[in-house]
Amino acid sequence: MAFLEINRLHKQYGNVEVLKGVDIAIEEGGFLVLVGPSGCGKSTLLNTIAGLENITSGEISIDGTVVNDLHPSKRDIAMVFQSYALYPSMSVAENIAFGLEMRGVSKAEREKAIQGVAGMLQIEHLLKRRPGQLSGGQRQRVAMGRALVRDPKLFLFDEPLSNLDAKLRVDMRTEIKRLHQKLGTTIVYVTHDQIEAMTLATQIAVLKDGILQQVGSPDEVYSKPANMFVADFMGSPTMNLIEARIENGGTGLSVEIPQRDRSLSLPVPQPPTALQNYSGKSVVLGIRPEDITDPDGADPKAEHIAQAHCSVEVVEPTGADTFVVTQLGGKEVTGRMRNAAGLSVGADVPFAFNMGKIHFFDPATEQRIA
Amino acid sequence: MSAASKDTALRTGSIARALIYTILIIFALFYLLPLFVMLVNSVKPLEEIRQGNMLAFPQVFTLEPWIQAWGEAQIGVQPTGLKPYFINSLVMVVPAVIISTLLGAINGYVLTKWQFPGHRIVFGLMLFSCFIPFQIVLIPMARILGLLDLAGTTYGLILVHVVYGLGFTTLFFRNYYDAFPTELIRAATIDGAGFFRIFQRILLPSSGPIIVVTVIWQFTNVWNDFLFGASFADFDSQPMTVALNNLVSSSTGVKEYNVHFAGAILAALPTLIVYIVSGRYFVRGLMAGAVKG
Repeated sequence: MAFLEINRLHKQYGNVEVLKGVDIAIEEGGFLVLVGPSGCGKSTLLNTIAGLENITSGEISIDGTVVNDLHPSKRDIAMVFQSYALYPSMSVAENIAFGLEMRGVSKAEREKAIQGVAGMLQIEHLLKRRPGQLSGGQRQRVAMGRALVRDPKLFLFDEPLSNLDAKLRVDMRTEIKRLHQKLGTTIVYVTHDQIEAMTLATQIAVLKDGILQQVGSPDEVYSKPANMFVADFMGSPTMNLIEARIENGGTGLSVEIPQRDRSLSLPVPQPPTALQNYSGKSVVLGIRPEDITDPDGADPKAEHIAQAHCSVEVVEPTGADTFVVTQLGGKEVTGRMRNAAGLSVGADVPFAFNMGKIHFFDPATEQRIA
Repeated sequence: MSAASKDTALRTGSIARALIYTILIIFALFYLLPLFVMLVNSVKPLEEIRQGNMLAFPQVFTLEPWIQAWGEAQIGVQPTGLKPYFINSLVMVVPAVIISTLLGAINGYVLTKWQFPGHRIVFGLMLFSCFIPFQIVLIPMARILGLLDLAGTTYGLILVHVVYGLGFTTLFFRNYYDAFPTELIRAATIDGAGFFRIFQRILLPSSGPIIVVTVIWQFTNVWNDFLFGASFADFDSQPMTVALNNLVSSSTGVKEYNVHFAGAILAALPTLIVYIVSGRYFVRGLMAGAVKG
């Protein structure tokens, strides 16, 4: 039995169903990230795990105990909120120790615990201050301190980094990851930022409209997205999704992308088994920007590179890479070029497609063709 | 060219400003006039007032009217002055304000952070109570006070004012707590604090501005109330306002205007002091609720 198990979880507000039968399990010490666009139900899911919201049906168990009807304070969890939720009238030390005080821990032990946590998070010099006198990053640390001090079975993070500026967010992300590696406590983390999800998680759960789209390791979710939503949501810039047709020539399957004058035909070297059934039918071809490159910049280990000339529409240099936008199948398609030299808008240049890393989706069901 | 137009702009500005200040000062003086008349005439002997010029400064300065009003004037049948009634008012106002403020705070807390089905209706009804005229509740309230055996007592008056003030205090605190972050309540819940512990440790320490607003509002209303005092109080529990009326409208003897003025100022003094001491917070508190809510 997994450490945290969520079975057939439903949550309704009146007639509105927010969570429609969610099943997730995570092992002890895992880092589960719930990710999805706003309104997908990820924060509601976290609140039901915390016990801050009742569930309509289903079962949540933590470490073998069903906690459905257990009060939040009895679930042995700690939560870090998006707004940090520091008590404004208490000092940092009082904030950190409030949970211990409510549980009747003696003053001496509380002092010791505060010192321990403050040392770990390097906030000893802030202990006497009020939350109002702290910067965003310091508040974030105090909020984590308040969660850490109780040494709970499960940490819940509700978009803890979304109120920080970009640089601090990256620093804190690293810090959270380091903390998790050091403490080994199970964490459930909610974010709408897919990069946060990729960097932190051992398990990612992608949610949309209260339905779980995919659960898996970051690598699985990224390289084998279960449907077009996950493919589009994970990764930045997003995966190119191009309408195309599958043709079965004598030498094997190929994918035809309709262009203005003539269609572009690319061979499919390792077709998924189910793709045979799509011969002559429409599919959606998915290919990530990093798999569309200049011929020199193509992955040298890739076995199947197809080249085609496309006209450059937009060039977006980011420093390390240059994103180049072209048109394929009537859609804008982004490629990631190493060598930006000689790229000018309107020029016809060779693009290299890494055909070993392409994805196919059914245009009707939007599911992955495996 | 541009310099010249700037010049004119400056000049018109100062003329307009002078005009605005003149008008403001005139209005300020106009509004201060009644207080001035009261103050000036409360330190004159009665003969001077009889001569007819109410706006003149006193020729002979005397505190006799104040001493009279406070301790010797005839109120009803007893020559007690306003002193015992002043104490009656204090004994009534202080508990009434404290209880109605506390209950309003708890109501606001429940209505925003522990919402139950139908909480909107309950709040709507409490809001409605703010608009019920005093006169309508007189007879039912008299009946209830009779049933509770509180008729004619200070306790009865406290009850009346608490009940009548609850609508307002609930409104103030509900709007204030509505803007209070719910995540704080959730954090405290996970930390293991219960209903009252959250109220006492998390909400109350952050409620300074709205407590000031409520206390001023309630203090002024309860202190200045005449109708409930006149209707429900006995001789030994009558508040200041009723005593002042009895002082001023007594039909026997000479009308001692200087004593009446002194008595009226005495009656208005506590609310005046409350305003002067905490008026700044009053405006700030009202604004805080308005902008955030």
